[in-house]
Amino acid sequence: MNIKFMKRLSFFILAFALISINLFAQSGVNSEVAMADQMRNDGKIWVVVGVIALIFAGIIVYLIRLDNKLTKVEKELNIK
Amino acid sequence: MFFMKKAWWKILTVIILYYVIFQGLLGTVPRQPILNETIRNLYFHVAMWPTMITLLLVSMVFAIRYLRSSNTVDDDKSAAFAKAGILFGILGCLSGSLWANYTWGDFWPNDPKLNGAAVGMLIYFAYLLLRSSFEDEQRRARISAVYNIFAFFVFIPLIYVLPRLTDSLHPGNGGNATFSSLDIDNNLRMVFYPACIGWILLGTWITSIRYRLNVIKRVQEERVAELSVNHHGAARAVND
Repeated sequence: MNIKFMKRLSFFILAFALISINLFAQSGVNSEVAMADQMRNDGKIWVVVGVIALIFAGIIVYLIRLDNKLTKVEKELNIK
Repeated sequence: MFFMKKAWWKILTVIILYYVIFQGLLGTVPRQPILNETIRNLYFHVAMWPTMITLLLVSMVFAIRYLRSSNTVDDDKSAAFAKAGILFGILGCLSGSLWANYTWGDFWPNDPKLNGAAVGMLIYFAYLLLRSSFEDEQRRARISAVYNIFAFFVFIPLIYVLPRLTDSLHPGNGGNATFSSLDIDNNLRMVFYPACIGWILLGTWITSIRYRLNVIKRVQEERVAELSVNHHGAARAVND
């Protein structure tokens, strides 16, 4: 069940990464106020997005593992 | 039961938060001077506060339930929710401080909302201190529950009511423009509301892990107590 769960999860993560590529298509208009349009083109902003996504994935995997360990102990102790 | 051990809502949490991260960092946002790209903090810093308030509200509801039922399960849930709420409160304070430095020019401008939040966090730290200072479980649960209700109703005016009565840098407070049509457009809403839901779900997940750990600890303590009773009983039988 855990492997299935992880598979499903990684599928969703991949799907979101693909969907968000669409966001590349944004173009900057009226640049009176300084925004990160340039950054998004070649300012390596995707590196930052990737790093945040990775860190978040790490936290989630940690939570899932903790959750599974608890489930195991609960089974051993016959809690519900 | 209450904390669904099923996986679907955890998957939902991850999906929503990934949507928030990608859309939040790369989606279109209004162009505002001074704020610039930091308006995206709406999905991360601002979302901490509804999350914290929701978790603390649920904690208070379980405190009331405990006072009606005297069931330690309710007290355990109340404490777990309060602790997760305090975590999000601390994160909100720290992230807000960083944001303030680059838009308001100071890590801690003497803003009534900031000070209110700080005092509120201290009130909840006192809750943790109160919990840890009782040996007797019944007494701890009862007094903590009463304090929890008190703390929640002091906290709400401190961060939502009092800042609105004076001038505050936060939008929607004092003479400041409100967080409505100008400040929060529909693009922002499309991410902000999912962000709140996602963070609340994540908070609930953390809460459920803490609560389940507590249940395991309790069961184990009971087993040990039973074992020692049986052991004593057996020893006595042999002596007789």
